Amino acid sequence: MRTMKRSLTTSALALAAALALVGCAGAGAATTATNAAGAGAGSVAETSVTLTDGWAKAAETGMTAVFGELENTGSEDLVVVAVETDAAQSAELHEMVDDGGGTMTMREKDGGFPLDAGDHLHLEPGGNHIMLLGIAAPLLAGDEVAVTITFDDGSTLEATVPVKDYDGANESYDDGEHEAH
Amino acid sequence: MAARESACGGFSRRQLLLGGAAAAGAGAATALGAEAAWRAAAAGAGAPGASGTSSAEAEAASATAVGDAVVPFHGARQAGIETTPQAHALFVALDLLPEVDAAGLRRLMRILSDDAARLTRGEPALADTEPELALIPARLTVTFGFGPALVARAGDAAAPAWLRPLPAFSIDRLQSVWSDGDLLVQLGADDPVTLAHAARMLLKDARSFATVRWSQRGFRRAAGAEASGTTMRNLFGQLDGTVNPAPGSADFDQVVWVGDGPRWLARGTGMVLRRIAMDLDGWDRIDRPGREFSVGRRLDTGAPLTGDAEHDEPDFEAVTKLGFPVISEVSHLRRSRSEEPRERIFRRGYNYDDAPVGASVSDAGLLFASYQADVDRQFVPIQRRLDEADLLNQWTTPIGSAVFAIPPGCDEGGYIGETLV
Repeated sequence: MRTMKRSLTTSALALAAALALVGCAGAGAATTATNAAGAGAGSVAETSVTLTDGWAKAAETGMTAVFGELENTGSEDLVVVAVETDAAQSAELHEMVDDGGGTMTMREKDGGFPLDAGDHLHLEPGGNHIMLLGIAAPLLAGDEVAVTITFDDGSTLEATVPVKDYDGANESYDDGEHEAH
Repeated sequence: MAARESACGGFSRRQLLLGGAAAAGAGAATALGAEAAWRAAAAGAGAPGASGTSSAEAEAASATAVGDAVVPFHGARQAGIETTPQAHALFVALDLLPEVDAAGLRRLMRILSDDAARLTRGEPALADTEPELALIPARLTVTFGFGPALVARAGDAAAPAWLRPLPAFSIDRLQSVWSDGDLLVQLGADDPVTLAHAARMLLKDARSFATVRWSQRGFRRAAGAEASGTTMRNLFGQLDGTVNPAPGSADFDQVVWVGDGPRWLARGTGMVLRRIAMDLDGWDRIDRPGREFSVGRRLDTGAPLTGDAEHDEPDFEAVTKLGFPVISEVSHLRRSRSEEPRERIFRRGYNYDDAPVGASVSDAGLLFASYQADVDRQFVPIQRRLDEADLLNQWTTPIGSAVFAIPPGCDEGGYIGETLV
């Protein structure tokens, strides 16, 4: 799940979709999202998922995380299966679990995040999030991070989110790495 | 306002955060404001204003009208200047950290502009840890101003000649803790909790770029306590700001907005913020005739001593039976008036009343905020005359002073300062 295939998203169709989104995205989100058909087989529907209010936590080195709100506006149930970004060596889908001792720790989400038709998925500190591991360069407040989110039907969502300073989201791994992100 | 909110997306952040009760009333929300509609829906009542509306419901609707009101952040000019003054204001000056360069300034202003755009709509900022505090916009405005050091860091663009500390005046007793600064963040809102939250959000997002140099809080009458547009009273009891260009007028445009000047400042303005300590104890020793004589106006109506109404033109030729001018030649009114029409400014001040120190029972005064296209040509000559002679100087002392260039506004997706850096 760590490395994903690149998506093909600079088609005219994708651009048109992006432009169509801008009118409303501006009102509620700095996020720019591009919906793109995946795989190029022609049979895969354009992804029906949007990301609003996306952001990434600033970090000098190591790990960090991306948050925001995914919404499946389509009629098909989907699963978020992978995320890719040039900003980090790899990206993982993480959930928070109670370790039994009252402490929440994060771990990779088996099988990805389900996102049923019409549903929202909140990616937020203390909850589900996209983990970036091995960031390529410091991510400073005001920078932007581009991510490509892949769904189980092969469709992808490209989004660019701003980086913000954030003092929370200091979850520890349940596998003992205990590195803050 | 609410219409903008519901035109895109249907759900407002507020509805998502506070529950979906208003979802069915989305259409009503367009006209009434989401909060009012939400409350009406929650109460099981009809829309406020419908037949049978009780006075309690009407009261609730008018109460939320204060909280729901939105002043757009985006536009050709920054909000918070021509905006009818809100009840509460906070002026914060930041000093940039040494390592912040042009790229850093761009990152900073992108983040702060996005925060401001969201918060002024009554939406949480991104990564807002107290999103519930953001839901009442209450005419929140956020206005950014640049000091000389920021302009220098931005690159080669020329700063206007007036962007520097004001010349020294003999009446000044300036303290560095109230003076100068690299980046001004001016906040205004009709609700103090909204203001505190917005300031907290903006300042923590500026923390990796800058430190707080000073922070000055001011207030006027509460929202709705008097008719909008009423001239403010300062803590001496005087109407303060009677002679002011009318927002929205061609005169205002001429006085305030930069036409000639650096291109990056077109549709911007120059700002002077002076912290003027007012000696309320000394003022107590002056009886009403003496107070009115020092200013040249009546305390009750604000009318010049030669007139009947606040906005009557003063008659500086009128003399008393003994042959002295009715309006003293050293009154504040006479000394602040220029024969030169260009020497005018737009005032948008706030009172302050902080904790007293020592044996005093008050530490009060005026946050004198003025906006003018050219500080040197408009503000400085007025201040020079007041410095030379003004009876009011006996009870007022400037203890802080700062000058900022207020850049133009930005559109959605842009950021304040994009014309400079």
